[in-house]
Amino acid sequence: MTNSLPPGVILIIGALMLPSLPGRLKSAWMLMLPLLSGWHLWSLYNHSPEIAFELMGYELHLFQIDRLSLMWGAIFHIAAILSALFALHVKDAVQHVSGLVYAGAAIGAVFAGDLITLFVYWELTAVSSVFLIWASRNERSYRAGMRYLIVQVGSGVILLAGILLHLRDTGSVAFNDAFYKLLPTTDGFILGLNSPGTMLIFLAFGIKAAFPLLHCWLKDTYPEATVTGTVFLSAFTTKLAIYVLARGFPGTEILIWIGAIMTAFPIFFAVIENNLRRVLSYSLNNQLGFMVVGIGLANFVDHPETAEMALNGTAAHAFAHIIYKALLFMSMGAVLYRTGTINASELGGLYKSMPWTTAFCIIGAASISAFPLFSGFVTKSMILTATAERGYMVIWLVLLFASAGVMEHSGIKIPFFTFFAHDSGKRVKEAPLNMLLAMGICAMLCILIGVCPGLLYGILPYDPAGYDAYSTSHVITQLQLLFFSALAFTVLKLTAIYPPEQVSINLDVDWIYRKPLPALFAGLHRMGVALGDAANRLVLAGLMQISTWIKRQCGIQGRFGGNWSTGTMVLCAAVLLGAYLIISYF
Amino acid sequence: MPKTDAMDKKYWLDDPRNIKKVVYALYAVCALLLVADFFYEKHAHFPIKFEEWFGFYGWFGFIAFVSLVLMAGVLRKLLKREEDYYDQ
Repeated sequence: MTNSLPPGVILIIGALMLPSLPGRLKSAWMLMLPLLSGWHLWSLYNHSPEIAFELMGYELHLFQIDRLSLMWGAIFHIAAILSALFALHVKDAVQHVSGLVYAGAAIGAVFAGDLITLFVYWELTAVSSVFLIWASRNERSYRAGMRYLIVQVGSGVILLAGILLHLRDTGSVAFNDAFYKLLPTTDGFILGLNSPGTMLIFLAFGIKAAFPLLHCWLKDTYPEATVTGTVFLSAFTTKLAIYVLARGFPGTEILIWIGAIMTAFPIFFAVIENNLRRVLSYSLNNQLGFMVVGIGLANFVDHPETAEMALNGTAAHAFAHIIYKALLFMSMGAVLYRTGTINASELGGLYKSMPWTTAFCIIGAASISAFPLFSGFVTKSMILTATAERGYMVIWLVLLFASAGVMEHSGIKIPFFTFFAHDSGKRVKEAPLNMLLAMGICAMLCILIGVCPGLLYGILPYDPAGYDAYSTSHVITQLQLLFFSALAFTVLKLTAIYPPEQVSINLDVDWIYRKPLPALFAGLHRMGVALGDAANRLVLAGLMQISTWIKRQCGIQGRFGGNWSTGTMVLCAAVLLGAYLIISYF
Repeated sequence: MPKTDAMDKKYWLDDPRNIKKVVYALYAVCALLLVADFFYEKHAHFPIKFEEWFGFYGWFGFIAFVSLVLMAGVLRKLLKREEDYYDQ
C-alpha cells in the first residue's frame, strides 16, 4: 500500500500529527519520521512503481527516479534526520512541524516528474519554511519572514507563468531529461533557454538558487531564523534549486558565468560581515556558485567528454556541502544558543568553555575549505578539473580565487573569531547533548567522505571512471593554496592590516527594496494624498460657487425667483406649446 | 559573572610564546610546501602555462587572500552603516 505514496508525503503527514502527541513521544516521532520516510524511499527505489494520476487532462508523475534524484533524495533525508536531532531540545512545536513539512516538500519536489507537481511542492517549501524564521518571534524576524515569503512565492508565480507558456509552446508539462531538448535549439538561443517559457522557469530557479543580484533574500533572512531553523533552511531550498537546474538546464553556458560570479561576489561581503551566521549565508551562496558552474559545464550535446565529470562534481559537491554547511550552521547556532550573540565583535576565546563545539566547527571549516582528508577536497576538485579541461581560463582563475576566499571567511574567520582571537571573557556551558550528537555525526560524515571518497563516488549520477582526488599534484597544490592563504591571514593580522570586527551592517542589493523603494512608495503615497486633497478642495469650491449662483438666481431678488409680468408668462407658455407642436410632428 | 574553573585555568594558547610557536610552525609548513613543488609532475591546461610556474598555487593563494581582504576593506568604507540602519 505504501508503494502508492509518493516520497516525502510521510514526512508531511507525520509532521502534521506531531502536535497531538505527548511530550516524550514527540521527540521519538521527530527522529522516526525521516527514518521511516528514508526507508519508504528505499522500498520505492527497489520496486520503482508508477505513481501517476491525471488532473484536468495532464499526466502528473509523482515519482521520477534516476541516479540524480536518488542522490538528492538520500542527502535530503540525511539532512532531515540531522536537523531534527539538532532541534530535539526545542519545545516549540511550530518549528518542528514547519521543519519536517519543509523537508518533506523538498523531497517531494526532487522526485516530481512534471512541472505542475514541481510547482506545488515549490510553493509548499516556501510557505512551510517561513515559520522557521517567524519562530524567532521578534519584529526583525517578522519583517525578514515577510520579505522571504514575497521572494519565494514570487519565484513560484514566475515558475507558474513559465510553465503555462512552456505548455502552450510544447503541449507538455514533463520535467525529465527530455525537458531541455524539447524545443529545437535555434540560432541566437542557448541550450535549454530557447523560449520565453523556459526563460521564465530559469529565472524562477535562479531566484531560489540565489543568483547574483537575486541573492539577497538568502543573506537577509537565514540569519534571522531560529538557532535550529537556520540549519533546516541551509539544507533544502537552495539545493532544491541546484537540483532542478541540473535536471532542466544542464550545459546552459550562461550558468558557467553566473556561477563564477556567484563564487566571487559574496566573499567580499563575508570578509567584513560581523554577524557570523550571515557570514555563513554569504559562504553558502559562494558554494552554490561552484555547483552552478558544474551544471553549466555539463553540456552533453557538444562536450560529452567533460559533461559527466562536471555534473558528478555538482552532485558530489551538493552532497558534501549540505553536511558541512549544516555542521557550520549548527556550531554557530550552538554558540548563539549559549552566549546569546553571534556577532564576531562580541565573541572570542570560546574554545575554553565549548571545546567539543570548537572541534566540530574546525572540522566543518576544514571540509568547506577543501583540506585533504575532508569532504570538500574530493568534490570541489571535479568541478575545477572540468573547468580546466574545457579551457575556461578566466573562470578557473576566478574559482581558484574564490577557493582562497572560502579559506578566508569559512576556514579561518568563523572558527578563529568565535573560539580563539581575543578572549571575550564569556564562560558558558557546552552545547546540549542532542546538538553535540548532531554535530558529531556531521563531522564524522565529513571525514568519512574525505577519507573514503569511493563511498560517495559510488552513488554519483555517472561512473567517475578512475577519477582520483588524491593525486600527488592535487594534494600538494591544494595544500599550497590553503597554507599560503593562512600565511596571508597571519601576516595581515600581525601587521594589523586585517580589518577589525566592527559592530555594523553592510549594504547589499537588498538596500534597493528596503530603503529607496519604500521611500519612493511612501513619497508617491504622500503625493497622491496631496493631489487628492487639492482635487477635493477644487471640486468643493466649484460646487460651492454653483450653489451660491443658483441661490442667487432663484432668490426673491434673482432672475427666476422674482415677479414676472403676465405678458412674459403668456409668451413663455406660447413658446412651450409651439415647441411641443413641432416635436409631435416628427 | 560567576567565577568558574574555566576562568582560572591556564590554557596552552594563553601563553604568547606558544602562539609564536604556532606561527613558526605555519612558516615551516609553507616552506616545506614550496620544496614539495619539485616533487610532482605538472601539466598545464591553458595557453598561458601558469600552472607550471614555481609555487604558483602558493603565491596565488597568498595574493588572492591579501587582495580580497584589502578590497573588502575599501568596500566596507562604502557600505558600512549603523547596526540599526534598517530599523530606523
